[in-house]
Amino acid sequence: MDDLRELYQATILDHNKSPRNFGKLPLANRFAKGDNPICGDKLQIQLEVDGDDRVVDVRFDGKGCAISTASASLMTEFVKGCRREEIDELFARFHALVTGNPSESVEVPELGKLAVFSGVREYPVRVKCATLCWHTLRAALSQRDEIARTE
Amino acid sequence: MSAADARHPDSEYDVAAIRRDFPILGSTNRGKPLVYFDTAASAQKPQSVIDAIVDFYQSGYANIHRGLYQLSVEATSCFEAGREKVRSFLGAAHASEIVFVRNATEAINLVSMSWGRQELGPGDEIVISAMEHHANIVPWQQLCLEKNAVLRVAPMNDRGELELDAFAELLNERTKLVAVSHVSNALGSINPAKQLVEIAHARNIPVLLDGAQAVPHMPVDVRDLDCDFYAFSGHKLFAPSGIGVLYGKLELLQAMPPFLTGGEMIESVAFEKTTFKPPPHRFEAGTPDIAGVVGLSAAIDYLTGIGLERIAAWEHELLEYATLALSEIPGLRIIGTAEKKAAVLSFVLDSAHPHDVATILDQEGIAVRAGHHCAQPVMERFGVPATTRASLSLYNTREEVDVMIRALHQVLELFG
Repeated sequence: MDDLRELYQATILDHNKSPRNFGKLPLANRFAKGDNPICGDKLQIQLEVDGDDRVVDVRFDGKGCAISTASASLMTEFVKGCRREEIDELFARFHALVTGNPSESVEVPELGKLAVFSGVREYPVRVKCATLCWHTLRAALSQRDEIARTE
Repeated sequence: MSAADARHPDSEYDVAAIRRDFPILGSTNRGKPLVYFDTAASAQKPQSVIDAIVDFYQSGYANIHRGLYQLSVEATSCFEAGREKVRSFLGAAHASEIVFVRNATEAINLVSMSWGRQELGPGDEIVISAMEHHANIVPWQQLCLEKNAVLRVAPMNDRGELELDAFAELLNERTKLVAVSHVSNALGSINPAKQLVEIAHARNIPVLLDGAQAVPHMPVDVRDLDCDFYAFSGHKLFAPSGIGVLYGKLELLQAMPPFLTGGEMIESVAFEKTTFKPPPHRFEAGTPDIAGVVGLSAAIDYLTGIGLERIAAWEHELLEYATLALSEIPGLRIIGTAEKKAAVLSFVLDSAHPHDVATILDQEGIAVRAGHHCAQPVMERFGVPATTRASLSLYNTREEVDVMIRALHQVLELFG
């Protein structure tokens, strides 16, 4: 059970049960769908982005596992007010966190609460679950007219 | 008294001895004893299969059908003895009705690309069922695209049983083929294959059965079923991956053009014209998976040694035990509750996604599959994005089911 609590930390379980920024965004001007075809996970991200390429507001909805729902929920809290380059940088750090070598220690103060996903590195097949929302967010920011996929 | 205390009616079924035949069952998964509940994805291999392959490579291997030296002649007889073994296993009339392919997927593609391309025209129809694996959907979909033909889907009820009346109504003078699974991989439903064949044959429509999930779990007799094609994969039958079988009635195979072309399948080649061997070799271009056939033969010997009837009975009892135990878990819904069912338990939990369930089970040593099981339309039909699937087999025990039930209580504890 301890190993499981390492992966499913209280914050993850909480955000899975009560996802933040969940639903539709009436003033959205960017949008993308994310699809994890292997799992059947699907999510949509809606953004309100200002002239400075800054995320003013964000919402997500869809269906997924606890890791993917909590990751999307925590991400939306984290990226509000961020500019695109900042988001790219955050994603790079987040990606390194969830794909890192399990034996190396994890210290990522700049990721704040997102550090709860460090347990994912023990489960390579779950990395896609944690990163689907980020791929989708970046697709929305680039206004690519396509469905973001983790495959 | 729990069901685990009940005496098994087949007291001769020595599951402990069977488990000892599978070396991997003594290993661990995440530090816990392995509970292998993913046989519907691929079966583990008994020592006799592993030994047969090793022995063959150590002392019997050569290419087949071409060498004049003794080793090659013997390897060829070994390969062809494998064909005869499969013939007898399936109850086919002739060994030349047994075509070796890579897996059930390739077998179905062979029929689609050879028979289908020759027989199908614009406006013709192919009937499949709502519970098919992608392997028995996509090849027909592609063929229909190519030929401007129509794919029709026979519905199933909420238990995951094919609706026979609706199936019969779909058949008409434009229907050129019926292609259905013998046993559903995602739901476990056992289709009334013989009845389906009778209904289709009444209209002179040939039938292909996808037997990938059937042959490891029940006796199959293609002549009794009277199906026209039957496809299965070796790796689900405790044989190595990379070898599979297409059975086809001889008169159909004889009328079919080659699928892949090249060496081994020709009679004579000139730059002007090539002539092809008769079946089955016409459909076996290039050097085949020779050792795969050796492994498949050993797997068939292993299964027939225990007896498919006894295996089916053991699995059925495990299925009943597991169904009862799962139904006592709050918020759990079993997807696929057909009256006639193989030992496949697909389920969803109100509180946890199948992926989270599978990760927690993995932590307890239990290997299950979570996802759409290559049957996305089935998931759609039941309104779920995915399920967790535990598939039980000849080497599984009630104690292992208990391990899974305890792990599911952990899921409830975490997510409840």
